[in-house]
Amino acid sequence: MMDFTLWDIVRNLLLSMRWTVVLSLIAFIGGGVVALLLTVIRLSPSRWVQWPVMAYVELFQGTPLLMQLFLAFFGLGALGIQVSAWTAATLALVLFTSAFLTDIWQGCIRAIPPGQWQGARVLGLGRLQTLHHVILPQALRLAIAPTVGFSVQVVKGTALASIIGFVELTRTGTMLNNATFKPFLIFALVALGYFLLCYPLSLYARHLEKKLNVTGSR
Amino acid sequence: MAMALDFSALAPYGGEVAAGVATTISLTAVATLVGITAASVLAWLKLNGPAGVRWGIQAYVELVRNTPFIVQLFFIFFGLPALGVSLEAWVAALIAMTMNLTAYATEIVRAGIESIGKGQLEAARVLGLSRRQTYRHVVLVPALRKIYPALTNQCIIVMLGSAVISQISVEELTWAANFIASRNFRNFEAYILATLIYLALSIGMRQLFRLAGWHFLGGRQGRPSS
Repeated sequence: MMDFTLWDIVRNLLLSMRWTVVLSLIAFIGGGVVALLLTVIRLSPSRWVQWPVMAYVELFQGTPLLMQLFLAFFGLGALGIQVSAWTAATLALVLFTSAFLTDIWQGCIRAIPPGQWQGARVLGLGRLQTLHHVILPQALRLAIAPTVGFSVQVVKGTALASIIGFVELTRTGTMLNNATFKPFLIFALVALGYFLLCYPLSLYARHLEKKLNVTGSR
Repeated sequence: MAMALDFSALAPYGGEVAAGVATTISLTAVATLVGITAASVLAWLKLNGPAGVRWGIQAYVELVRNTPFIVQLFFIFFGLPALGVSLEAWVAALIAMTMNLTAYATEIVRAGIESIGKGQLEAARVLGLSRRQTYRHVVLVPALRKIYPALTNQCIIVMLGSAVISQISVEELTWAANFIASRNFRNFEAYILATLIYLALSIGMRQLFRLAGWHFLGGRQGRPSS
């Protein structure tokens, strides 16, 4: 058996953190793009258009991310499409992220008082003009802090990709543990790795919340 | 060639699924009750305790909120035995779930308590309410009402997150789905079934919380208490 020094362990964990970061970025950016589309669709006055978006959000928020990963991994396989852990993890995390971001952003748009819509209407602005010039600039301001805050959930969510065999920080920790039998040290280091990624994001979200003064009670 | 879905292949495993659902529900129920109680105490201590205690609670909350649940679970189940603390899988899972919920709920309850305006306390004093009466009727209950939707969501998130404890062989719902898949290779059907059950559980939990809220808080959750 090969001997691992502390540095070997730390180095391997640091290297694997790249994939946690890459997967997080893909999920967050991809999820953001899908969420943007869904948020725009959700703005349609037609119930028949709104309803499927709401069902989509409800479905992804009401089921475990782990199940979504399993369905992407084994489900596509059962349909005859062979997918790698990479593809399945990316797909599931993008959809998961998009559902939560759609919910957050939609909430921000709804939080704009109806008087703003009415005021714009009185001024002769159309629906799209009102959205573009009146509602979205204000909603965007509301949305920044919770969006950054949610990125923490995305980073933590990528840890579940380890279960379908995606080699990132958690998976590397499990493999190192199997080779070295030092679970206390290794999982503490893995936790530290995530903390180093997530804590700055949490702090930044809190800072934005204070700066933009958009916390719950005003 | 894509294979056809065959849900009848799941029928022989009804017992495993039912047992799995029961385990998921029991663990969630205990974690929820203990977690919310502990969080109410920690939130109070975080606002009124000595500096050292406040700092400790803050560190605990941040540590839990900024690391993945699965890593917390592995640390407790695989890591702690190295210190001589050996836990059964379900105990480790219950500790991890409770710890996780407590950290988030502490933050939620604290925000609720902080949102009660000073004027409310002064008014209570003018009206001649005692400290205890004030804390109960003016601070705690209105605070809980305000944060009730967030608390509900967090408890549902913990229930959904418990799917991960199948990884340390706790025989809950996801474990049952894995078990079926390992027997008849009907992965897709097994996971669809489990997913639908989780969806039903989260909808059911939301209704249950709504009923409990009406009963204990008087049906005005999520609205400003002024």
